[in-house]
Amino acid sequence: MEFLKVVKPGLFTTVQDLGREGYQEYGIVAAGAMDSFSLQVGNILVGNKEGEAGLEITLLGPELHIVNDGVIAICGANLSPSINGEPVPIWKAIKVKKGQFLTFGERKTGARAYLTIAGGIDVEPVFGSKSTYVKGGMGGYQGRPLQKGDLLKKGKDSFEDKGKYIGRALSTKYTPRYGGTKTLRVIPGPDIGSFTEEALMSFFSSTYDISREADRMGYRLNGKKLTHKRNADIISDAISFGAIQVPANGQPIILMADRQTTGGYARIGAVISVDLPLLGQLIPGQSVTFQKISIEKAQELYRKKQKWFRYFKLETRNV
Amino acid sequence: MNISPLGDKALRIELGKEVSPEINHKIRSFILVLKRELIHGVKELVPAYCTVTLFYDPMLITYHELTAKLYKLKEHLGSIELPPAKIIHIPTCYGGEFGRDLHYVADFHGISVEEVISLHSKTSYLIYMIGFSPGFPYLGGMSRQLATPRLDIPRERVAAGSVGIAGEQTGIYSVETPGGWRIIGKTPLRLFDPDNIPPILLEAGNYIKFDPISPEEYSAIEHQVKEKNISLFMSSLHKGE
Repeated sequence: MEFLKVVKPGLFTTVQDLGREGYQEYGIVAAGAMDSFSLQVGNILVGNKEGEAGLEITLLGPELHIVNDGVIAICGANLSPSINGEPVPIWKAIKVKKGQFLTFGERKTGARAYLTIAGGIDVEPVFGSKSTYVKGGMGGYQGRPLQKGDLLKKGKDSFEDKGKYIGRALSTKYTPRYGGTKTLRVIPGPDIGSFTEEALMSFFSSTYDISREADRMGYRLNGKKLTHKRNADIISDAISFGAIQVPANGQPIILMADRQTTGGYARIGAVISVDLPLLGQLIPGQSVTFQKISIEKAQELYRKKQKWFRYFKLETRNV
Repeated sequence: MNISPLGDKALRIELGKEVSPEINHKIRSFILVLKRELIHGVKELVPAYCTVTLFYDPMLITYHELTAKLYKLKEHLGSIELPPAKIIHIPTCYGGEFGRDLHYVADFHGISVEEVISLHSKTSYLIYMIGFSPGFPYLGGMSRQLATPRLDIPRERVAAGSVGIAGEQTGIYSVETPGGWRIIGKTPLRLFDPDNIPPILLEAGNYIKFDPISPEEYSAIEHQVKEKNISLFMSSLHKGE
């Protein structure tokens, strides 16, 4: 069913789910939401499966004409959303009506807002995912960011009683804080052997700034130079979301959702899964520090977060 | 064998420290074992020059549980027999509008264009891994006599199918991208076709060989590719190649 017509596209608005899985061996980029926490919470609030696609809205939001009644949620960054000029809450399922306009204004916190729609976004999955990989022109809405005049369809919503989910919200106890300097936990390796002792010390003790070159592919950071023992190049190897590469200039790059499948620079470590959603909400000029963590502890945190999602889903259904 | 974490949802199994056909063979064997065993929780296998990276779900299996299983599997490695490698023939039109840098490469080495084509097309190249862009093969085995530096300024667009040289490597652009390789020819085959299953033409562990074709043959094959009635020309690898 037709649901949203794009009046103004905003800076960079794309369809994203949790990304393409199982095709990296073919060189096919995973893509997916930069902040999977907000996307999943948004989906749960409107009664979708948590991995359904939503719109990832970057910094400057679009203007959208609602062409049919429905239920939506906006989670993640606060980009001052309003309906027909009236501000609406984020992290909450709200009802929208045919003929209304959804607009965004000043950026208050975060970088990316996620608009989820009861019933999901009706686009054809490509290699098992609705995520847009813009550089490859693949997936999402015609493989590109939204443009003026685009018409997005929603899928059939799952609930019998349409009103059931309206007003459901994420408690402020759980809403993330995006401002200030953030600490990211990192599992060291696999190429720590490529770095000097001093570089490893600097990495885990100093502050790095997010540069202007920070997009869906990766964040380039500026800070204390990290020196390699011999050189920065490794024999090309697989990389992952959150892996931190250090090229010859000694400034780290954190690989994000649209990373290529393989890379050739030494990897000093990888940001743990539960900290990636926060990273996806940081903007150029913000700073980060890195804290060492063990693989055991990181996986324990991941399992805890997944259990929280399960609990939140049950709770949202049964209120 | 050396196992280390790549973040909390992937681990890499390192089977060597250099680019060599022997290590590639070990990697293929390990992948075959892994595909037979189908360890619960493992979602993706990504082979590279010296490693296999496993992407897994830590809800289903922990790093230590998975590592223990992998060390056990390693014991089966010796008995694995790999299917024989195939050679995929890549019809390639050298020079002219298809290979604008062919003359540059010939002049750079002080040899004739025919010699470049002959040196480039007589070798079977091992496909070490697929990566960088969808379906792009990392190849090994190019004659050092053809090693040519990249362009100083990369071209904004290089067409899919372009065959190029960059330093000591040769390769085929699988999708249209910007690029700085010296383009010596072009194949009408599609290395990446999202409408096909599987979407990519080449597979790590096999070999490719470039077969020189004329512009007329190029057009004919290009037409067949469009109509989807092309059958690949394959042969088996002779020992010692």
